[in-house]
Amino acid sequence: MALDSKIPAGDLQQKWEDYKNHVKLVNPSNKRKLEIIVVGTGLAGSSAAATLAELGYKVKAFCYQDSPRRAHSIAAQGGINAAKNYKNDGDSVYRLFYDTIKGGDFRAREANVYRLAEVSVNIIDQCVAQGVPFAREYGGLLDNRSFGGAQVSRTFYARGQTGQQLLIGAYQALERQIGLGNVQMYSRHEMLDVVTIDGKARGIIARDLVTGKLERHFGHAVLLCTGGYGNVFFLSTNAMGCNVTAAWKAYKRGAYFGNPCYTQIHPTCIPVSGEYQSKLTLMSESLRNDGRVWVPKTQEDAKAIREGRKKPTDIAEDARDYYLERKYPSYGNLAPRDISSRAAKEACDDGRGVGESGLAVYLDFADAIKRLGKHVIEERYGNLFDMYSHITAEDPYSVPMRIYPAVHYTMGGLWVDYDLMTTVPGLYALGEANFSDHGANRLGASALMQGLADGYFVIPYTIGAYLSGEIFTKAIPTDHPAFVEAENHVQTTLNNLLSIQGTKSVDQYHKELGKIMWDYCGMARTAEGLTKARDMVRKLRAEFWQNVRVTGKADELNQDLEKAQRVADFMELGELMIVDALERNESCGGHFRVEFQEEGEAKRNDDTYAYVAAWEFKGIENNPVMHKEELKFEEVKLATRSYK
Amino acid sequence: MTMNIKLRIWRQANAQAEGKLVEYQLNDVSANMSFLEMMDVLNEQLISKGEAPVAFDHDCREGICGTCSMYINGRAHGPQKLSTTCQLYMRNFTDGETITIEPFRAKGFPVLKDLCVDRSAFDRIIAAGGYISASTGQAQDANAIPVEKAAADSAMDAAACIGCGACVAACKNASAMLFVSAKVSHLALLPQGHPERKKRALAMVAQMDAEGFGSCTNTYACEAECPKGISVANIARLNREFLNASLISEEMPK
Amino acid sequence: MSWMNTFLTSSIGRKLVMSVTGLFLITFLIVHCTINSMIFFNDGGEAFNKAAHFMGTNILIRTMEIVLFAGLILHIVQAYMLAAKNRQARPQGYAVSNPGANSKWYSRSMTLLGTLILMFLVLHISHFWSNSRLGGMMGIAPLEEVQIGDKEVLNLYQDMMVTFQSPFVIVIYVLGVISLCWHLIHGFQSAFQTLGVNHKKYTPVIKNIGIGFSILICLLFALMPVSIYAGWIC
Repeated sequence: MALDSKIPAGDLQQKWEDYKNHVKLVNPSNKRKLEIIVVGTGLAGSSAAATLAELGYKVKAFCYQDSPRRAHSIAAQGGINAAKNYKNDGDSVYRLFYDTIKGGDFRAREANVYRLAEVSVNIIDQCVAQGVPFAREYGGLLDNRSFGGAQVSRTFYARGQTGQQLLIGAYQALERQIGLGNVQMYSRHEMLDVVTIDGKARGIIARDLVTGKLERHFGHAVLLCTGGYGNVFFLSTNAMGCNVTAAWKAYKRGAYFGNPCYTQIHPTCIPVSGEYQSKLTLMSESLRNDGRVWVPKTQEDAKAIREGRKKPTDIAEDARDYYLERKYPSYGNLAPRDISSRAAKEACDDGRGVGESGLAVYLDFADAIKRLGKHVIEERYGNLFDMYSHITAEDPYSVPMRIYPAVHYTMGGLWVDYDLMTTVPGLYALGEANFSDHGANRLGASALMQGLADGYFVIPYTIGAYLSGEIFTKAIPTDHPAFVEAENHVQTTLNNLLSIQGTKSVDQYHKELGKIMWDYCGMARTAEGLTKARDMVRKLRAEFWQNVRVTGKADELNQDLEKAQRVADFMELGELMIVDALERNESCGGHFRVEFQEEGEAKRNDDTYAYVAAWEFKGIENNPVMHKEELKFEEVKLATRSYK
Repeated sequence: MTMNIKLRIWRQANAQAEGKLVEYQLNDVSANMSFLEMMDVLNEQLISKGEAPVAFDHDCREGICGTCSMYINGRAHGPQKLSTTCQLYMRNFTDGETITIEPFRAKGFPVLKDLCVDRSAFDRIIAAGGYISASTGQAQDANAIPVEKAAADSAMDAAACIGCGACVAACKNASAMLFVSAKVSHLALLPQGHPERKKRALAMVAQMDAEGFGSCTNTYACEAECPKGISVANIARLNREFLNASLISEEMPK
Repeated sequence: MSWMNTFLTSSIGRKLVMSVTGLFLITFLIVHCTINSMIFFNDGGEAFNKAAHFMGTNILIRTMEIVLFAGLILHIVQAYMLAAKNRQARPQGYAVSNPGANSKWYSRSMTLLGTLILMFLVLHISHFWSNSRLGGMMGIAPLEEVQIGDKEVLNLYQDMMVTFQSPFVIVIYVLGVISLCWHLIHGFQSAFQTLGVNHKKYTPVIKNIGIGFSILICLLFALMPVSIYAGWIC
């Protein structure tokens, strides 16, 4: 099937306006008859479910958490971008668009990104109207800050809890619709398959996580708002429950998977402290404004520190390697996320890492404290320092912080067209679950923007294009053979997992998979390593299906089984990520191939690789087939990033 | 540093089953483990023995989603102030200690299995009125209404609630007043929330009562145990809002 | 008036009843304590008996006495109903609980303290109220009378002097008053919180006044039987 991104014709600035003026509408009496399934209740899912219900559609919303308010959007700290130009500092829709395209290393679709920048301003209005308590100045107007190295102040924030407040806003809008009876909410429900009938998405199979019962749900359209798949690495900043299952089942039912290899690694996380580590905690990037990153110059000093014979403060100034300042004199410690992350990895690979594991570098505030005084640092970063000392039991005012990169966000996801529809008609993907707006790398404070843009302002219009053709489709009874087949398929998989009764736990397999992915498909990738890793993942997957031990039964609350079925999907996704990384013979954004660099910098290849890789499933033992969506840049000129 | 601990954990197969405290010995627990990682280690050991792992709710493990619960040694979220269970570290315990872990207990929070409880009552309270009716597309410019900074800050303080239910668990009356008051306050403090404030207070309190939570006797245990430090000043504000709506305004309860 | 019913049976409505009746009972305590403190003039009970006579014969005060009893009964009945409801809110308790880490014992023990006060009150009423108000009826012996000015008034002073000769009674009274003190320390500020009064500037003041008031009034009350027993007043 040829990919049709359905980008409207016309000037970039006019596309969305024109689209809205001409897209087909569904009249209110028909909306009442149309049922929409929304899976996931993060920013994208909650906002979509609420808005579609407000429009009059019958909505069913699903989340695996015990409440829609707990989706992992809640953990975003920094803020949300919008081209409001309240600061009069020269911001505009165009600049936000351009920064996003450039930040994405020129691997995103222009039309989508422009639309994102356009609706960003409406998001802020909407959120304020809902009661999101954004930070304000004394005069009562909204405050902004600059974020992620942007030259303008366009980031709106609510303390360090912006994601939480935005999600609660969307959650409240959703609960209002639930209270009004317009949305049927299914908490503690996990979607385990998409049901397609005559090539169109017509429903889902969901498991009630309390009773274990499988349920069939019909919908005229299905929206997957199920977030990213960073947990394929086992350790990441994602919540424990974040998973790829919904997107993966869609992929196996015919939806193409776009750019699976693009992974954002965040440079300032609290390092792993032991084998038992279950997740990684992000520290705000703002710390790099005043902290200096270093490791010892010699391996001997690093070893002495690791063994506890020396303290960081024992290392003399001239025995320290402030490697970011050395390598990137103009940006120094503020070098972009991917570059800082890789530099830390290189230092540790060189045997100069610190901390017990040797997988950490120092972020030192001694100079800043000397220069500005402790109270200034306390004012700026007090809560972050508290959090750090809380977790590590070390005092960052006197001992340098230890940091290490961690997987944070996945730019890849289900391929969608301009309407956010996947290659399966009637099946949509919103937010982090789709691949669309961030290209190869996402800018800070843009994830929240995209989730809400998709849910509040894009899907309510674009879904009309499809549903206007569905008004004569009556609700399909769920005893239709396609539902029966899908449910049986899920039941068989669950039974299989439970019947293996091997010797290794699900977590053990997940950790092994994560290690392979991190070592070979993480911050620095090589063709050789990826080839080897593909083999390893396949072997591990085979072993998993022979030897995993899942306790309990299918018809009860069984967290072990939930995990097992998610890890089973990660095992398959991991291979696709490797295949994609192997195919992309260039370095761009969140994909760094060691072979493709110039003086230590990522080397993009726009002539050959300025496309989206959309993968088609061909059976798990067969190679997936890649379809290319060529990226045409009509508005921006492709340029090389330089931070030296 | 490692330690050996004895765990007494509430085990209950499902909502209908009888439950009981079961003892487990866990050795070589690192002081740097989070409490939930300690639970992971225990579960791995149980799985390796072919026993059912302990079911417990958790998700973000960074103290913001509000999923984790647990009543640890007689305290909601354990002994540490301003902390969820996932942000509690084993260094808060000592070698040889016995740790008793129970689910949050309240009529409004029925146990589903082991340490998992059903907190959907909170969602129903929000659905009853914990929102501002601003359908998408109706909003005016975000800066059209200035909001006094002090009010915006207080609204944010209240909105920081993560809905974990520790207030209910800690309260001797299993009252949900801190949770309800945080939402009523968040929205009542902002001008955008004013038009619906009377109906909101009436409807949310009615739903809270219908869910079977107790009443507030101002012991302030909720504030002391709240991982986000939500103040009981919000409860006074809810009382004000409710008294005003009930006795002074002409708004009729449903 | 279904709205009133809805309000009064809501959790906050019930608390409002507790708060308003509580504050009303506090005003009674002030009056009661003031009148009784007349004994500290140590004038053989003249000032006290005069004041008591006024209280016992003034029509407004007698009317308020009915309101007082109504308020007291409402406070007690509502308290027990709330306590029962609150117990139902947690059908299964905790095996291990450490409430001392998050709240004060007396704030959690209002029902217990209230019950102790109630028990004391029964005794107290039988000591003083019943014979002054019901003396001569229902087989209750009437009080002696005493001449003050041109009026014959009941000698309540004499009644006190007699009652407070028993060490057992003194202990009961002191314990009753201590219960009252803890009950008030929580109840005073709690009443304001329930009414919605919580203010950065004024709440600390209210709390301090509450503590000061509770201690002062209970000290005075405790001093009465103790002074009489000790013979400081005769």
